Amino acid sequence: MDTKISIENLTKVFYKKNASVTALDEVSMDIAEGEFVCIVGPSGCGKTTLLRILADLETLSAGKIEIKQDKKDRPLQSMVFQERGIIPWLTVEENVSFGLKMRHLPIQQVRERTDYYLQKVGLDQFKKLYPKELSGGMKQRVSIARAFANDPEILLMDEPFAALDEQNKFILQEELLSIWEETKKTVIFITHSIDEALLLSDRILLMSAQPGKIIKEIKNDSPRPRKIEQMRANQKTAEHFIEILNHLHEEVQKSRS
Amino acid sequence: MRPGENMKISHKAVEVEQQEWKKRRLKERMKQMLTIASPIILLLVWECLSRTNLIDVRFFPPPTKIIGTLFSMIYSGELFHHMWVSLYRIFCGFLLGAIPGIVIGLLMGLYSPIRHSISPIVMALMPIPTLALLPIIIILFGIGDFSKVVTIAGSVFFPVVINTTAGVINIDSIYLDVAKNYGASSKDFFFKIALPGSLPVMMEGIQMGQAIALLTIVAAEMMGATSGIGYLIWTSYKAFMLQEMFVGLILISFFGYLFSLLLRFIQKKILPWR
Ligand SMILES: Nc1ncnc2c1ncn2[C@@H]1O[C@H](COP(=O)(O)OP(=O)(O)OP(=O)(O)O)[C@@H](O)[C@H]1O
Ligand SMILES: [Mg+2]
Repeated sequence: MDTKISIENLTKVFYKKNASVTALDEVSMDIAEGEFVCIVGPSGCGKTTLLRILADLETLSAGKIEIKQDKKDRPLQSMVFQERGIIPWLTVEENVSFGLKMRHLPIQQVRERTDYYLQKVGLDQFKKLYPKELSGGMKQRVSIARAFANDPEILLMDEPFAALDEQNKFILQEELLSIWEETKKTVIFITHSIDEALLLSDRILLMSAQPGKIIKEIKNDSPRPRKIEQMRANQKTAEHFIEILNHLHEEVQKSRS
Repeated sequence: MRPGENMKISHKAVEVEQQEWKKRRLKERMKQMLTIASPIILLLVWECLSRTNLIDVRFFPPPTKIIGTLFSMIYSGELFHHMWVSLYRIFCGFLLGAIPGIVIGLLMGLYSPIRHSISPIVMALMPIPTLALLPIIIILFGIGDFSKVVTIAGSVFFPVVINTTAGVINIDSIYLDVAKNYGASSKDFFFKIALPGSLPVMMEGIQMGQAIALLTIVAAEMMGATSGIGYLIWTSYKAFMLQEMFVGLILISFFGYLFSLLLRFIQKKILPWR
C-alpha cells in the first residue's frame, strides 16, 4: 500500500523563557493510504500536539512530515477537535455545513450532505438550535458530523467520542467504521479507551509519557467487519488489551514518580 | 406497586411544584410592584413637601406643575423643536462616532501591526474629554449643528473602538483553528468568525457610546447653541424658569431609557446565540 503520511524524527518544543517543554521527541511513523491508526498514550504526552502539527495548526521544531495529496478538489484533512470545537454563533446545521460552505460548493449539495450527516449522528431534529442549547455529547456529535460532511482524504480525530454516552458511542463507532470502509479514508484517531482502539484500528501506536515518543506498535488484524461483542470474546484481542493496559500503567507510574 | 399509585405520587409532586411556582410568581409580582411604586412614592413625597413649602418651591416646583409645563410646551410646539434638534444631533453624532469606531476597531483587532500603531494614539486621546475641546471645535466648525455632531462623535468613538478591538482579540483561538482547518478565506473568516465573534463585546461598547452621547449633547448645547434640549435646560436655568428646566431634564432621562431599551432589543435580535 502507498504511504499517505510519513513522519520522520518529528520533534516539537514549546519554548518559553526559562521553561521549555518537549512535547514530542523524535517521533517517526508511516501511515498507509486508507489505514486506520489509533494513538494511545498517557495524558499530556503530546497526542493533540501531533495532530495539530499534521493539521497545519502548529509548526514543528525539527524533523519532516510528508503528506500525499491525491485530488486537488477534495480537502486534504479535517480535524475533530478534542473539545469546544463548535462555533457558538452558528446553528447546528450551519456548524455541520461549515467546511462545505467554506469551499463554496453548490447550495444543493451543501444541503444534501449536511442533512445526510445530521441524520447519521442523530441530530436532525436539533438542526436549528444554537450550541448553548445542546449537551456536551451533542456538541461533540456536531463536531464529528462537520468533519465527515467535509469528506477529506484524512480524518484527524482527537478523542472524538470521549464525551459521549456508551449508546451513542457504539452507534458512532459503527458509523465511523462504515464510513471508513465505504470511503477508504486515512484516519488518525486519538483515544484513551483501549477497547475503542482495538475495535477501530488497523494498528495501535503507544506513546510514552512526556516527552512523547512512539514506544510500541501493535498490529490489530482481527477480521472486519468487527462487532463489539466479538471483540470482547476474541482471545487475541484480550491479549492485546492486557498488553496495552500494562504499558499505560507503567507510563503513568513513570510520569508520576 | 398498585396501579395508580405512581400516578398519585407524580400528582403530588406536580402539586408541590405548582405551589412553589405560585410562590415564585408572587415574589416576582412584588418585585415588579416595588419597581413601579418606588419612583411614584418619591414623586408623591416631592409633591407633598413642595406643596407644604417644606422644600423651596423655587428650586423644586411640584411635579404636577412640571407636568403642566410639559403639556403647555408640547402645545406651543417649543418642546418638539428642541427635541428634534437634539435627537438629530445625537443620531448623526452617534453614527459618525460609532461607524468609524467599529471599522477601525475591527482592523485593530484583526491586524496586530495596525493595533500596535493605533492603540497608543487611542490611549493618549481617550482621557481628554471631548467637551474640553469644545472651544476648538466651535472655532473650527462654527456654532451650528455640525460642531455638536462632531463633539458627540468624538465621545462615542472611544468606547466603541476599544470594545470592538477587545471583542475581536478575545475570540477563543479554537474558532480561529476551526476556520483555518476548514480552509476559510479571509473574507469568510471576517464574516463568519471575526464579526459575529466580536459582536457581543462590540455591542457593550455601543451601549456605552449611547449613554455618553446623551451626556455630551446636553453639555455641548449649553455652550454655543441656539436650540436643543441642553439649550432649553441652560436658558431656563439662567432665566430662573425652573419648571422648564425640569422638563428638559425629564426629556433627557426619558430618551436615555428609551435608547437603552432599543439597544437591548436590537442586541437580543442580532445575538440569538447568547
Ligand atoms: N500551546 C502550548 N504552549 C505550551 N505548551 C503546550 C502547548 N500545547 C501543549 N503544550 C504542552 O505540551 C504537552 C503535550 O500536550 P498535548 O495537548 O499534546 O497532550 P495530550 O497528549 O493531547 O494530552 P490529553 O490526553 O490530556 O489530551 C503538555 O505538557 C502541554 O502542557
Ligand atoms: Mg489532547
